[in-house]
Amino acid sequence: MTEPYRIQGETGAWEVVLGLEVHAQVISKAKLFSGSSTTFGAEANTQVSLVDAAMPGMLPVINRECVEQAVRTGLALKAQINLRSVFDRKNYFYADLPQGYQISQYKDPIVGEGELLLDLPDGSTKAVGIERLHLEQDAGKSMHDQHPQKSYIDLNRSGVALMEIVSKPDLSSPEEAGLYVKKLRSILRYVGTCDGNMQEGSMRADVNVSVRKPGDPLGTRCEIKNMNSVRFIQQAIEYEARRQIEILEGGGQIDQETRLFDTSRGETRSMRSKEDAHDYRYFPDPDLLPLVLEQARVDALGADLPELPDTKKARFISEYGLSAYDAAILVEERATADWYEQLAKGRDAKIAANWMITELFGALNKAGKDLSESPVSADNLGGLVDLIGDGTISGRIAKEVFAEMFETGKPAGEIVEEKGLKQVSDTGAIEGIIDEVLAENADKVEQYKGGKDKLFGFFVGQTMKKSQGKANPGMVNELLRKKLDG
Amino acid sequence: MSDLLDLTLAEARKKLAAKDISSTELTRAYIARMEATAALNAYITTTPDKALQMAEQADARLAKGEAGALEGIPLAIKDLFCTEGVLTTAASHILDGFIPPYESTVTTNLWQAGAVLLGKTNLDEFAMGSSNGTSYYGPVENPWRSTDEPDKKLVPGGSSGGSAAVVAARSALAATGTDTGGSIRQPASFSGIVGMKPTYGRCSRWGIVAFASSLDQAGPMARTVEDAAIMLQAMAGHDPKDSTSAPEPMADLTASLDQGVKGMRIGVPAEYRVDGMPEEINKAWQQGIDWLKAEGAEIVDISLPHTKYALPTYYIIAPAEASSNLARYDGVRYGLRVDGGSLAEMYANTRAEGFGEEVRRRVLIGTYVLSAGYYDAYYLKAQKVRALLRRDFDQAFEKVDAILTPTAPSDAFAIGENEDDPVKMYLNDVFTVPASLAGLPGISVPAGLSERGLPLGLQVLGRMFDEGSVVRVGRALERAADFRAVAAMVREG
Repeated sequence: MTEPYRIQGETGAWEVVLGLEVHAQVISKAKLFSGSSTTFGAEANTQVSLVDAAMPGMLPVINRECVEQAVRTGLALKAQINLRSVFDRKNYFYADLPQGYQISQYKDPIVGEGELLLDLPDGSTKAVGIERLHLEQDAGKSMHDQHPQKSYIDLNRSGVALMEIVSKPDLSSPEEAGLYVKKLRSILRYVGTCDGNMQEGSMRADVNVSVRKPGDPLGTRCEIKNMNSVRFIQQAIEYEARRQIEILEGGGQIDQETRLFDTSRGETRSMRSKEDAHDYRYFPDPDLLPLVLEQARVDALGADLPELPDTKKARFISEYGLSAYDAAILVEERATADWYEQLAKGRDAKIAANWMITELFGALNKAGKDLSESPVSADNLGGLVDLIGDGTISGRIAKEVFAEMFETGKPAGEIVEEKGLKQVSDTGAIEGIIDEVLAENADKVEQYKGGKDKLFGFFVGQTMKKSQGKANPGMVNELLRKKLDG
Repeated sequence: MSDLLDLTLAEARKKLAAKDISSTELTRAYIARMEATAALNAYITTTPDKALQMAEQADARLAKGEAGALEGIPLAIKDLFCTEGVLTTAASHILDGFIPPYESTVTTNLWQAGAVLLGKTNLDEFAMGSSNGTSYYGPVENPWRSTDEPDKKLVPGGSSGGSAAVVAARSALAATGTDTGGSIRQPASFSGIVGMKPTYGRCSRWGIVAFASSLDQAGPMARTVEDAAIMLQAMAGHDPKDSTSAPEPMADLTASLDQGVKGMRIGVPAEYRVDGMPEEINKAWQQGIDWLKAEGAEIVDISLPHTKYALPTYYIIAPAEASSNLARYDGVRYGLRVDGGSLAEMYANTRAEGFGEEVRRRVLIGTYVLSAGYYDAYYLKAQKVRALLRRDFDQAFEKVDAILTPTAPSDAFAIGENEDDPVKMYLNDVFTVPASLAGLPGISVPAGLSERGLPLGLQVLGRMFDEGSVVRVGRALERAADFRAVAAMVREG
């Protein structure tokens, strides 16, 4: 176990207590209660039905697909699926909220308690409780920069389905908060219920932050609203925790309030205090009946779920002999895991994992590309691993070949052939080179025989150099030993 | 006044089918009558050109033998139903200039059945009221006058006051209404016509400006029980666009109409004998009981013990829903906008100017009862009482097939009366509200005249989805009452 995260104040070490509320946009063709399209990036106000614009007399009708997506997500979070849930109205006025209320779930959400496992850097895991998941409508978008006095409203997003996923206050460092968001995103992408694209706003997070001395009861929390990157979440937590510690150590107390993170200043600032908090006047939406699910339908959705990251990780460890750390990296994205499995099939899985994680990810990272844009296909990287495995090329040559593959997209064999990089494993040829090296360095041979063991490495190096790296290093070792020690 | 206007809907339908008359003729007669009765202020918008166009098309279909159930029948539509291309106001200033690009499901059903639109009728603003006195477009006058004060203008009841008045004045053959706490039945009683609220969920609410979603229900207002049954048959039906729409199809109501009440058990609830109710209301009720008994029904004394809580319960739930339903009228997208220095100011200016006093009162009440700290004591408790009221009816309907009560605690009152006292006004709904809260079907049938010569209605309530029994008992009352009285202005033509 790593050391627990602590912030050092003037009066000692402080512990941070964090809970996250993640808003994840549901992948569905149509909105939660209307038939309008949900495609991102359309021209303003072109994806707005009469219901989304809250025209008089319009009524919501639940979109079955959104409900099933919430159930899939709930099942993936090993959560309680509530066969009866209720849609409530959350009442408040805003120009981009046409109905004057958001249809949400308050007392009876569709998904209850669940759990999510964080994959910590040391390879261990930490369980984080999920409090609930509920379905709700997104609001439209206000644009304040289009006109000097007026605001413009785009209702394309109005009514799009969101899942609000609430964690228990089980997170205790900015790093854990980041891991939580990444793991949640990974799960959502696996089950195909949210694309997790934080830049486009399909995933946004509110963070509840409080601090306390280890062992003390929970402190008063502040909620930082609406952050759309892991980095901002972590920065905001760090700033906010320090701000609270400073207040407490100065003899003050924390006001429960909602705050915003100013990304340009790296600070949180007050948005509204508890006294100004909205009274949302939640009540069951009389336009909608309680949502009732059949257990059989839930079971069927469960049976159709893909293998999830945690299960896959365990399998990669047992089936491929990978470390927990490597396995966690490979399973984060389903496409990555699939890529790896294609690569590892019929090959040395550990070598394959090393090549993928170290060389390929390194190169991709440098090139600013992701795996789907990789110039090296899984089969081609597999070909390279094969050439190493059967001794055609050495590991060192392989790196050279890989660089060429990444550059040109050509298969490894072709490059080896073209450049004549085939490893020399012919005993006679290697012996010939060794003899030349020993002859050229007769003085060193004398010294070696006189007890200067360290010179063995020099002879290996010289032999490899003379063979232009193509000599099989194992054989070079073996033959040198024979000649020098034999 | 043209003889054509004396025809009931059922009679007109026969004559149209037999080509004795054309829809165009009939529609012209009603257009003329609309103009002659314009002083009643019962229509907010008339659509004579559209009416004639629709009548022509109806005549063409009649000629081809492709007539629908209401082919060529000129109707008035309460101005709470959205009508495509026709101004829809909900009698509120806040919907200024609102012309919907869509047609409500109920009116769509009516046009598909061949009906003709005469115009949109006046109502209490957002259907909130029992006198039609809260309309931004001014009060509606009841075509009836009392014998003791014939110069005094009376209310037609509300909220469907315009619809009641046009049917009573014969400036429409029938009309749609909506009933949230009695808004079809009470004006029907005040105006000497038949008004029916079907079971909650029978008629789609899609395209009807919402007042209180869990209570709002459209229904017919007509001259006879048969007319109401024919019209409801066309209005009702499952609508996937309304999640609260009932999937069960409604049986053919005209088949039940004349089955008589012999052997039926009719409940008379003790709790509806309220203190201070005029004796003539009791007398009318007793008369109804006697008629049904004479027709062979068994009269059963029943108890609906939570009745006295119905009115306060209604006046918590309906405003609560309304406060939220009316939040969309914010000046941002349609209707009235009164600018302000900030968004909040624009909201405040728009809503203060756009909503009348009664609407503002109910939005305030509704906001209050849903507020943190009051929700449990008001809204939640009201929901619990509502469940008890339902249980009262469930238990009663184990013993009886229908329930007979007065429709309203008085006959029509004068325009302006009760307006200073909202609670007194709310008491108008005392007999209609319980069935609204329980979602039950009900009908008001004219049973006779008060001592002042004004119509009095009796109310029949039935089990959920049992409109058949409601029209059956209603028809028996209608036959026994043989109510032929008409308003003076109709008699005088």
